[in-house]
Amino acid sequence: MTNPVLTISNLTKRFGGNTAVSGINLDVMPKETIAIIGPNGAGKTTFYNMVSGRMQPSEGSVVLDGKDITGLPPHKISRLGVSRSFQINNIFPEMTVQENVEVVLSAYHGHSRKLFNIASRNTGIQQEAIELLKRLGIDNLKAQRAEVISYGDKRLLEIAMVLATRPKLVLLDEPTAGMTPDETRRTTKLVKSLADSGDYTFLVTEHDMDVVFGLADRILVMHRGEKLFAGTPEEVKNHPEVRRAYLGEEDDETEESNV
Amino acid sequence: MKTRILLAILAVVIAGLIAVPWVASYFYIFIFTEILILGLFAASFNLVFGYTGMLSFGHAAFFGVGSYAMALVLIHLEWPFLISLLASMGAAALLALIIGFFCVRLNEVYFAMLTLAFGMMVFAIAYQWRSVTNGSDGLAGFSLGSFGLGLDLTLGNPAVYYHVVLAIVGVASVILYVICRSSFGMILRAIRQNPERVSFAGLNVRTYRLVAFVIAGAFAGLAGGLIAPFLRVASPELLHWSMSAEPILMAILGGTGYFLGPFIGAAVFVLLETWITSFTESWMLVLGVILALMVIFFRKGLLGTVVDWWMEVRK
Amino acid sequence: MSGIGSALLNSLDIGLLLFIIAVGLNIVFGVLNIINFAHGALYMLGAYLAFTLINIVGMPFWAALLLAPLGVAILAVLIDRFLLRYIYSRDVADSLLLTFALLLIINESVRMIWGSGIQVVQPPPLLAGSMSIMGSFVPTYSLFVIAMGLLLLAGLWYLFNRTRIGRIMRAAALDRDMAEALCINTRLVVTGVFAFGAWLAAVGGVVAAPMRALDPGMGDKIIIESFIVVVIGGLGSFPGALLGALILGLIHGFGGRYFPEVNMLLPFMGMALVLLFKPNGIMGKGAAA
Repeated sequence: MTNPVLTISNLTKRFGGNTAVSGINLDVMPKETIAIIGPNGAGKTTFYNMVSGRMQPSEGSVVLDGKDITGLPPHKISRLGVSRSFQINNIFPEMTVQENVEVVLSAYHGHSRKLFNIASRNTGIQQEAIELLKRLGIDNLKAQRAEVISYGDKRLLEIAMVLATRPKLVLLDEPTAGMTPDETRRTTKLVKSLADSGDYTFLVTEHDMDVVFGLADRILVMHRGEKLFAGTPEEVKNHPEVRRAYLGEEDDETEESNV
Repeated sequence: MKTRILLAILAVVIAGLIAVPWVASYFYIFIFTEILILGLFAASFNLVFGYTGMLSFGHAAFFGVGSYAMALVLIHLEWPFLISLLASMGAAALLALIIGFFCVRLNEVYFAMLTLAFGMMVFAIAYQWRSVTNGSDGLAGFSLGSFGLGLDLTLGNPAVYYHVVLAIVGVASVILYVICRSSFGMILRAIRQNPERVSFAGLNVRTYRLVAFVIAGAFAGLAGGLIAPFLRVASPELLHWSMSAEPILMAILGGTGYFLGPFIGAAVFVLLETWITSFTESWMLVLGVILALMVIFFRKGLLGTVVDWWMEVRK
Repeated sequence: MSGIGSALLNSLDIGLLLFIIAVGLNIVFGVLNIINFAHGALYMLGAYLAFTLINIVGMPFWAALLLAPLGVAILAVLIDRFLLRYIYSRDVADSLLLTFALLLIINESVRMIWGSGIQVVQPPPLLAGSMSIMGSFVPTYSLFVIAMGLLLLAGLWYLFNRTRIGRIMRAAALDRDMAEALCINTRLVVTGVFAFGAWLAAVGGVVAAPMRALDPGMGDKIIIESFIVVVIGGLGSFPGALLGALILGLIHGFGGRYFPEVNMLLPFMGMALVLLFKPNGIMGKGAAA
């Protein structure tokens, strides 16, 4: 019986009088991919923020591989093996695509403490950066300034930077948001192959249900800050409350667009 | 090919700087000494601002403390020059550690306000603490003894002092440059562009900012230590926020995005100041106007604007 | 009145004056997210304009109190229209640099126009002299300062909480994009707020003029004090500005009397103390980097 990579207990966040996330319980098993879905305002990003250290939970705990990481600052949680992408691109705009990845690699390998090396001569890190970019399919852009590449490519760069710290647990926050259908397909295939490789455990928030059903081993449905249901894609599709609260609206939309 | 041209230009400039005492009058020796020292001061500021993205309005505190340290050491301990410079750097670094500790964990607006406030606090201390700093009169009457390292140099001779300053600023600049080009320097640049992403990569951004702040303070202190014998007095004016304005303007004038920007800015600044103060006392007004114009229209500075123009031409 | 009593009065006096000045800084920050480094210079300009109106043009104090701040506010509108508008969409650092440049320009201009010497403004005859309160004599002008402070405090509270303009300002402070989507002309709000902040600073200057000698360095002193107030109280917090100002007033009132040697350092020490334990200021939020 394997132990979960991540155990979330009663995770709650209140902002003044407003409860954004309430009493979430979740066990994430190693190497699985869990998709988190829910309408806007369901609390998905706040949930991520608490797991990754960007926000302090009001109540509850986050345990990573047996270690309590609740309320730790982001840099410590990152060191312990959690890496996250952001809904809005969070890259280094004035650096090249390759340098973006090198920064994260440098941080990960502890080179950032070196005051007297010459960063541009660090071939080890440069090689590793190029490998990572290749894996994401954007190594052809490596010498471009990050702010000029396309939106979809920026999202891929974001993922490359997330993987650079060799995390145990990867939190992807709407990775395909704003992408064209082609880019979405490409990204979904990519994340699926990364997930299948067994090197990582993924949490993915998404709005695009095709992506969700393409990737998820399990789905957590959130609604108004609470966990509505968690289960396999089949279970979620057939769950009456979920259909009503979330998928139900989707079905109506699909019907309308088919008319 | 491009790098070789730039290195050639640099070599010519350095050769020219070395030759100054033999080709120019005492007046220009003084000007160039001032340019070198203030250039180092501005470059140290740019480590914090241009590289790490922290706008400090109190950098003169470290410059001034370096000066006072030099003066005090020469008056009371009569150490050799080089050792005294280390004292300047040490004192400034310590002050930077203390002030940085309070300021670095706050956002840029608070940081700007607080560095100004703490800088003026140091000014107030220097102004009031007559017993140690001699108050508003400043410390004077110290003379340079030996140079240190067993070298016998007549530091009182302006040409000799100029060469000493050139050598020390040269070495300091190389060290500063290496730091900027290192992995550490790369992280600083990343912090300026996106501190949150750096923390999510696993680094404590606060620590890196503090280290950069202390290094910058140390080099500002070095510059301060060099200027005290040059001015022959260590006075509170060196700590005033109007002194903190100088490296800010020099860095912006030259270009905050380039290592050499502050040095070029210092040269333009000193030459401008010398010219303008010859016919008006309102140099501060001109300074303000230039700063305003640079920030609005030429934010990348002289070097930045020239480089951009060169890139355009090449297309 | 005992020593403590007069120190208290002094504190209230200084504190409320500081409040008038610091609250303008706070308001500009709250809505525009910039610190106007030239705020102290605008205070000084208000004082010097009043000096000219009173001593040279011969107007009564009350006219100066009305006109000088208006003049400074108009200047602020010009500054916003011709300089600051280039910067608002950029990095915060650029705004800080520009207001710093303005500080240098205004400071030097004052020195050029009015000279480096000290100027004096007399209080109006109505407020000159002293009144007897609880057996001691208190300068009438001090009471006027306190009254002005309280009046502005009440006026500002009413403005922010009860008027449409106040609501608009608070909305723009919270979310500029949303405010624009609601068809609030944020450009106008920005100019208005900046001018309002300048007006408040100048009012502070006119009120302070009869109390203190005018010299071209007075702007510098007050901006540092305002920074300390705002750091202690919390940037962006209206009650924080009041609290910070009163605390600083107490420090000056009692420090000046009982610890004269370190008097200059006490405000900084107070600020450092607050920073150690509450970096956001006593009532502020979100100061962390």
